[in-house]
Amino acid sequence: MTLSTLLQHSLTGISLGGAYALIAIGYTMVYGILRMINFAHGDIFMMAGYFMIFSMAVVPWWVSILLVCVLTIILGVTVERAAYKPIRSAPRMSIMISAIGVSYLLQNLATYLFTALPRAYPEIPILKKIFHIGSISSSLVTFVTPVLTVLLAMGLMFLINHTKIGMAMRAVSKDMETAQLMGIKINNTISTTFVIGSFLAAIGSILYFTDRMSVTPFSGTLPGLKCFIAAVLGGIGSIPGAVVGGFIIGICETLLVAFGYSTYSDAFTFILLIIILLCRPTGLFGEKMIDKV
Amino acid sequence: MENNNLLELDNLYVSYGGIQAVKGISLTVPKGEIVTLIGANGAGKSTILRAISGLVKAESGKIFYKGEDITGKNTTSIVEKGITLVPEGRHVFPDLTVLENLKIGAYLRKDNLQEDINWIYKLFPRLQERSWQMAGTLSGGEQQMLAVGRALMSKPELIMMDEPSLGLAPIIVNDIMEIIKTINKEGVTILLVEQNANLALKIAHTGYVCETGNITLKGTGMELLSDESVKAAYLGKARRK
Repeated sequence: MTLSTLLQHSLTGISLGGAYALIAIGYTMVYGILRMINFAHGDIFMMAGYFMIFSMAVVPWWVSILLVCVLTIILGVTVERAAYKPIRSAPRMSIMISAIGVSYLLQNLATYLFTALPRAYPEIPILKKIFHIGSISSSLVTFVTPVLTVLLAMGLMFLINHTKIGMAMRAVSKDMETAQLMGIKINNTISTTFVIGSFLAAIGSILYFTDRMSVTPFSGTLPGLKCFIAAVLGGIGSIPGAVVGGFIIGICETLLVAFGYSTYSDAFTFILLIIILLCRPTGLFGEKMIDKV
Repeated sequence: MENNNLLELDNLYVSYGGIQAVKGISLTVPKGEIVTLIGANGAGKSTILRAISGLVKAESGKIFYKGEDITGKNTTSIVEKGITLVPEGRHVFPDLTVLENLKIGAYLRKDNLQEDINWIYKLFPRLQERSWQMAGTLSGGEQQMLAVGRALMSKPELIMMDEPSLGLAPIIVNDIMEIIKTINKEGVTILLVEQNANLALKIAHTGYVCETGNITLKGTGMELLSDESVKAAYLGKARRK
C-alpha cells in the first residue's frame, strides 16, 4: 500500500470517526446526567436520516438541515418526556429497559411508515464537491466532518464549564436532590441534555449518511452500538472521551477494511469493548471511582 | 392573620418509603429566631425539613410560610420564596469549585452576586483562600462552611440546617454554632435540626423535642436544657456536671 492510499484511508477513517464522535457525545451526556444508557439514541439518529430525505424533497438543503435539527430535537425530547421522565424515580434498570423499548418502537414505526427498503439519501451538493489536497482527493464532507466535530465538542465543553446552564448540568449529574435545593429545575436541565444530544445526532446523521447514500429503519442499530462502545472506550460520562473514542473506532475500522479484513471490522469494535471492560472499565478518560467516607 | 410567625406547620403527616415518619407535627418558627428541633435518630426530624423543602410530599396537614399555604409546592418555588435547606451530610458539589458552589447557590438570582460572595468570604475567610479548589478536596468543616455559604447565596429569609455538626471535630462544631448565631444576628431566621442537643439548645431561642414522629416537648432553649427528661434522654445523665 502506498503512502497516499494510506493517507486516503486515514482521512476516510477520521471522517467516519467524527460522525461517530458526535453520536457518542449523546450517549455520554445522557449517561452523565441520568446514569442510564439511552439505547434509543441510535434510532433517533436513524430517524434524523429519514427527516432529511423528506425535507429535501420539499425544501432546499440549507432549510432541510435546520428542519432536521429541529425535528430530531423534538423527537429526542419527546422520547425523554414520554418514556423516561415518568419513571425517573424507578431503578435505573427500568429506564434502560424503557429505552430498549423505545428503540424497537422507533425501528418498527419507521418500517411501518417508510417500509424496510433502503431509501436513497439526498445529496447535499456542497458537501459532495470533490477536493484535492496533494495526491489525496475526497468530497468536502470528509474534510468538514472532523473539523465540525472538534468545533462542536469544544463549544459544548465551553457550554458545560463556563455557563450557568452548564453548571446546572454538572450539578444535576452529581447530585440531583441537592441541585433541586438550589432551585435548579431538574426536568429542564435533563431536557437540555437531550436537546444537545439530539442536535449532535442530527448533525452526525447528515455527515454519516451523506457518505453512505441510503437509510433503512435499521441503519441506526449498528452505528448506535458502535458509538455506545466509543463512549465506553473514552470513559462514559466524559465528552472529550467520547470524541477520542469515536475517532479511534472510526479510524481502526476503516484501516481494517483498507488492509482487507473487512469481515472483521465490526467484530473488532466489539472485541475492543470486551477488552476495555476487562482492563479499564472506566475507559480512557472516565471518572475515577473514589469513595470518600 | 397578622402574626410574627415566618413558618408554621399544622398537624403535618409525612410518609416516607412506606413508613409514617411524621405523625401530626405542629410547630411555629417566629421571624428572627433560632428554633431547634432535637431528637434521636429516626425521630422524623429530617423528614420534616424535607417536607418543608418540597422534596417529599406531605400526606396531610399544612405548611404556612408568611401566612401563605405552601404545602405541596415544588422545591424551586420554595427556594424562590426564600427558604433554603442545608442538607444533612453537607452535599457540596464535589467537582465544582468553591466559587462555583457559591454561584450555584444563587442559581435563581439574576442580580449581581459579587457583593454577596464578598460577604460570604468575610464570614468564612477559609473559603476565599480555597475559592478555586474543587469542593470535594475541602475538609469536612470547610465543606460545612461552604454548604452554609451556598445556602446564604440565595438570600434566604429562613435557613433550615440538617445536622450541621454531624461528623465534625468538636472545635469546628463550636465554630459552626458561632456562625449560626452570626447569621441569625444578620436577620436570617433559622430552623436547626440537631442530634447534638446540648449545643443546639444553648444557641436556640425555642426548642422542640421530637420523638418517633411526634413533638413531645416545647420550651425555650434554657427551659429544655434544664428539663430533667431532656437531660436524661439527650444531654447525658445530669450527674455528669
